[in-house]
Amino acid sequence: MREKTPQRILFLAFLFLAMSGLFLSARPSAVVLAQQPTPSDDEVNAIAHQLFCPVCENTPLDVCDTEACRQWRDLIRQMLAEGRTEAEIKQYFADNYGVRVLSEPPVEGFNWLAYVVPPVAFLLGAYLLFRAFRTWQRLAKEPATADSPQVPPAAADDQYAARFEEELKKRE
Amino acid sequence: MTESLQSESKRGVPLWAQLLIWAGLLGLLALVALGLAKAKTPILTNGSAVPEFTLPLYEGYEYGGAADVTLAALRGKVVVLNFWASWCKPCESEAADLEAAWRIYQPGGEVVFLGVDYVDTEPEARSYLAKFDITYPNGPDMGTRISQIFNRNLGVPETYVIDRQGILRYVKIGPFASVEEIQAVVESVLAGE
Repeated sequence: MREKTPQRILFLAFLFLAMSGLFLSARPSAVVLAQQPTPSDDEVNAIAHQLFCPVCENTPLDVCDTEACRQWRDLIRQMLAEGRTEAEIKQYFADNYGVRVLSEPPVEGFNWLAYVVPPVAFLLGAYLLFRAFRTWQRLAKEPATADSPQVPPAAADDQYAARFEEELKKRE
Repeated sequence: MTESLQSESKRGVPLWAQLLIWAGLLGLLALVALGLAKAKTPILTNGSAVPEFTLPLYEGYEYGGAADVTLAALRGKVVVLNFWASWCKPCESEAADLEAAWRIYQPGGEVVFLGVDYVDTEPEARSYLAKFDITYPNGPDMGTRISQIFNRNLGVPETYVIDRQGILRYVKIGPFASVEEIQAVVESVLAGE
């Protein structure tokens, strides 16, 4: 085993200090990396699209030019930068400004109707159409019964046609 | 053939299902009618009793040191309830007049001014309050619950004056033109006119 010379000990001490310095100097940048970068317009608009302008009716927040909308988009950007999730941001807006600002109403109270009625009406309509088609198909396939209206035989048609032709010739 | 089709259709959908469908349709129609009836009378009218509400207050704009104020707590006083927003330009034209009127009535203690910040963000609201040196109690209309009581189609500014018994006595849609106009309204409500 090699003997540790003073130069070698000095070198190791210098190396330790250098490494410590590097570690300590790296810490602030690690803190910076842990912060959220400034959210892009696309990230802000992805959430803004799910909210409606508080002032003008039926205008999504991402395409609204009013001052109020601009303030709201700034608030979304700020909340994203703070690390808030999409669900948290939407909840904040619903709590502060009412659920009417949400593009999709929460599934509660009368809002259930908006989610339940369309699919139920569609299924019901499909079922009734299916029943109707089946009935019409069966009627078309069924042979004529005694109750069915009688169709005059083809021969009778011929007799009338011949007489009609005859009368026409007489008039000419 | 017609009779045959009729008998088929009668057999097709059972009576209970038909009744259920009609009941559902009538129920939906009733809901739509209810919504339309509400939309037709969107605004609280003069002489109506104002329903109870609670206004949370911004820090620095409390009423009697409390973080919120209820209408019930203000019974016996005339309440000037002003809806505003920092993004509302017409609100700016009356802001200084409202504050001046508040400073006239504050010492007497008979009249309370309340600012209700409508669909606004707090930083901008605070900048607005500071800009116009507003000192009377102010807070956000959380979930637009208070504005929905007064006007379902609220625009700002709007001001509602409530008498000592909690009855709505005056509605102003749009900004006040002067301190004198505000004073005239408050004086008439104080006098019980």
